[in-house]
Amino acid sequence: MLEVNGLTKAYGKLVAVNGVSFRADRGETVGLLGPNGAGKTTTVSIIAGLLSPDSGEVLIEGKQVKSDTDPVKLKIGLVPQDMALYDQLTARDNLIFFAALYSLAGAKAKQSIDDALTLVGLLDRANDKVGTFSGGMKRRLNLAAALLHDPQLLLLDEPTVGVDPQSRNAIFENLEVLKKRGKTLIYTTHYMEEAERLCDRIVIVDHGKVVANDTLPALHRLLPVTNVIAVELDQADGFSPEQMLALPEVKAAEVKQSTLRVGVHDLARGAPGVLRWLSDHGHSYHHVSSEQPNLETVFLTLTGRSLRDS
Amino acid sequence: MIQFMALVRKDLRLFFNDRRAVAVGMLVPIVLASFFGYLFGGQGGNAETSRVAVLVIDEDGSNISRGLIAQLASDKNLDVKPATMDTAREAVRKGKATAAIFIPKDFGKDAGHALFTGNGKPELGVLYDPSHRVELGMVKGILSGAVMQTVSKEMFTGKSGREMVNDSLAQVENNPQIAPDVRHALTDLLGSVQKLNERQDAERSRAGASGQLDSYGGLSMPYETREQAITSGDNVEYNGYAHSFGGMGVQFILFMGLDVGIALLTLRQTGLWQRLRAAPLSRTMLLGSRTVSASLIACVILIVLFSFARVVFGVRILGSVAGMVGVCVAFSLMTAAFGLMVAAIGETVEATRGYAIMATLFMVMLGGAWVPTFVFPAWLRKLSVIVPTRWAMDGMDNMTWRGLGFSSAIAPIVVLLLFTLLFDAIAVMRFRWRTD
Repeated sequence: MLEVNGLTKAYGKLVAVNGVSFRADRGETVGLLGPNGAGKTTTVSIIAGLLSPDSGEVLIEGKQVKSDTDPVKLKIGLVPQDMALYDQLTARDNLIFFAALYSLAGAKAKQSIDDALTLVGLLDRANDKVGTFSGGMKRRLNLAAALLHDPQLLLLDEPTVGVDPQSRNAIFENLEVLKKRGKTLIYTTHYMEEAERLCDRIVIVDHGKVVANDTLPALHRLLPVTNVIAVELDQADGFSPEQMLALPEVKAAEVKQSTLRVGVHDLARGAPGVLRWLSDHGHSYHHVSSEQPNLETVFLTLTGRSLRDS
Repeated sequence: MIQFMALVRKDLRLFFNDRRAVAVGMLVPIVLASFFGYLFGGQGGNAETSRVAVLVIDEDGSNISRGLIAQLASDKNLDVKPATMDTAREAVRKGKATAAIFIPKDFGKDAGHALFTGNGKPELGVLYDPSHRVELGMVKGILSGAVMQTVSKEMFTGKSGREMVNDSLAQVENNPQIAPDVRHALTDLLGSVQKLNERQDAERSRAGASGQLDSYGGLSMPYETREQAITSGDNVEYNGYAHSFGGMGVQFILFMGLDVGIALLTLRQTGLWQRLRAAPLSRTMLLGSRTVSASLIACVILIVLFSFARVVFGVRILGSVAGMVGVCVAFSLMTAAFGLMVAAIGETVEATRGYAIMATLFMVMLGGAWVPTFVFPAWLRKLSVIVPTRWAMDGMDNMTWRGLGFSSAIAPIVVLLLFTLLFDAIAVMRFRWRTD
């Protein structure tokens, strides 16, 4: 459905996108995960035809967007990061206008508008002015506006920014419905939880470059550890975690405050050895748990920085 | 076509949905146009013009100085009041009087002698407010006429005038420096004046008249003016509101055009711009729809303004209605193109707003929208043809109170359309369609 090959875009000396390549198959949801300023929005803007790349190409079902009025654009639905609605008009009037931009009018437009409003749960507010909507409702309408012409490829640029958890869930449910309908979704976010929940594949972007591109389990396999044993020590002062690296199952160990985190590949084989070692060395503890590494850990491992710190 | 109509309809709805802005946008030009229209003559002959305040300091106290003051006071354009030198100077300095005329001692006597001999001309002092130079010219003109009439009348009919004629005759006859042929001519002239005075005395005695100074005689202006305002037809008076409503319409529509440009610049910074750009929409379609919607809004504003002026102030299109429509449409298109050019050239909203307002005010001022161009110096009048507003104003004036035919609208329409093409060309060339 979508092929992005070697995209590069620079603004003066700042290289915003540096050789980005990935692909998305029909019905697949691909997450572009990276901190603010990583080049996600620039990449989406190039895919949507808003920006020209300095080099590289974007193919949508094998075709490039060659002009402003290229019919290939009909295959794309863009949900911009900024709200793209007229507050002074009603929800329905907004959608009538956006439908007309894709030459939809009359009964066909009405059906599309009703379908989109139903999907995002705003049919009962269709005749209210958008200015009276909450932030979450506006976000949902922002999504509906991109669906009117029934595009196969949806570009969602941080569609949940600034919304409450309830609205975020509602948007996720809408996207899951679209996914079930076979739409291809490109979803940019800097929230790892969103990428983990929605995406079949995740492209991790940092400083304009793709640092990883795979499914969630495959990304986890990139890590030196796949499980973490968290031990709440009674007394952490003077504890030196480096000594534990001598154990054959232990790949990493650190102490923060009074919590000891030990990375192992195999939880069943590693955990007894770790706990025995603590007892043998006179370290008492009051709580033990296990953690699975997440995308935050993956990003940290790949870039040396935390997603939120970037 | 669906896209184009949707874009135009959306712009119109956004404009007219903001009812407060629409009301203010219509009300403010109406109020200003009503005010300026009243100042510039209102509805013809009923307009009351203010008189020029003039103070007179009379240190002569002669028949001539009193006659001069009476002559000045009789002029409908002047409001003449006596004053002392100190109070007159203070009043002019404070702007309470436009000018003060100082009549020195022996002015009458010296002026009488100077009338015949050309020697020893007395001086009339004129103090004036430098911010009223135009009125000063008028005061000096009226003063010249009044002095000539008063002095000559006294010389030919008044008691002191007769004495001066006799004195002058004696001086001429006894002055060896005057050449014989000149002496002969002056003696003849003064002798004729003496004979004229004697004849007038005899006529006065027969008529039993009192023989007052200003009853008859003396020099008078050798012409009278018959004023006739040339408007669209006989008995059709000039209506100052026609110009002012056109002027304020031009000004506020230009500002509306400016808003269109600024709104386009602002739009570029929003998600709406991305959504528009993501749609299969051409630059021509977007800019063209903006041109049409802004032109329609401009036409609506003009219709509302002139409808108000028609109902309340009796402003009528006395010339070609088709010409008026043509001028209004051409001006509306030019305004829309101006707005797009602003959006195309502008970098940031803030900076663009600043220089675009300056350019707009420049065009409004030079175009004669505030005050008619006839008050401009000649060079500025010639220069003002470089701004499109001058042509819009000329076209509207031609079609309203001047009552001219369609042919007089052709030049303004053509020039306005040429400006439209120029501005549109710049807009299309410079408009940064992509967001990078």
